[in-house]
Amino acid sequence: MKSAVVQLPGLNRDRDMIAALTKISGQAPVTVWQTETELPDVDLIVIPGGFSYGDYLRCGAIAARMPVMQAIKAKAEACVKVLGVCNGFQILLESGLLPGALMRNASLKFVCREVKLEVANAETDFTRAYEKGQIIRCPVAHHDGNYFADAETLAAIEGNGQVVFRYAQGTNPNGSINDIAGVMNAKGNVLGLMPHPENLIEAAHGGSDGRGLFASVLDVIAA
Amino acid sequence: MIKARVTVTLKNGVLDPQGKAIEGALGSLGFDGVGQVRQGKVFDLELATADRAKAEADLKAMCDKLLANTVIENYTIALA
Repeated sequence: MKSAVVQLPGLNRDRDMIAALTKISGQAPVTVWQTETELPDVDLIVIPGGFSYGDYLRCGAIAARMPVMQAIKAKAEACVKVLGVCNGFQILLESGLLPGALMRNASLKFVCREVKLEVANAETDFTRAYEKGQIIRCPVAHHDGNYFADAETLAAIEGNGQVVFRYAQGTNPNGSINDIAGVMNAKGNVLGLMPHPENLIEAAHGGSDGRGLFASVLDVIAA
Repeated sequence: MIKARVTVTLKNGVLDPQGKAIEGALGSLGFDGVGQVRQGKVFDLELATADRAKAEADLKAMCDKLLANTVIENYTIALA
């Protein structure tokens, strides 16, 4: 699987993502700087986590207006898979590639801990290695992960199976509406989520529950 | 040059945890009778033009493209 990891000033989880992709796919991803207007021919583009542009204005707002995002939009339209984790999810929402918005955590506190996620839709290119309803462990680390969408959008994404991950009962760390932790676009090739699956892929991490997400994409690409 | 002020506020129905915390803090300072508090943002801009219609159109585009996230926020534009 050929993959690309996007780099922007202030993103700091890119190295974790590069390590995870290299270990799972056996091939190091190419890195793409924010000013690029043409992207290499890859199967998966990942926007990792961090604090792009210092979270100024709104998390992900400035990053979402950088030239590379136009190139990512074009690739997404051409059905290339796009994954955004944490700040990457915020950037995908700000760029309009995914529906909804992320607000300040209801507790107003930065949360850095492990949560339990329920796989709400296991029939996606990102989750086929899991089973529907499966509960997996996953770390979160964010200040603005409180997912919000207006009633109409919420009904649409719930109806279309676009809610891919939910915080399992009692573990919602941020007040997200309907316990939403990750959503995809209607076409199913763009996924964003707040938790960090790339940080739970091997025994050294204390578990490998996050591996299935990358393994799913790998499986789809190989098929 | 035209000076302008853009005010960005959360739409009705969008939860505002920061506004809620400020509301609670005002209460604990002894300010009774404070109803709902909603937090927003103010941007003061200087535009190198004398054309007010153009300034207003440009500001609207700036709000739609960057200053506000219209999924959750409304904005108002005022020219000085």
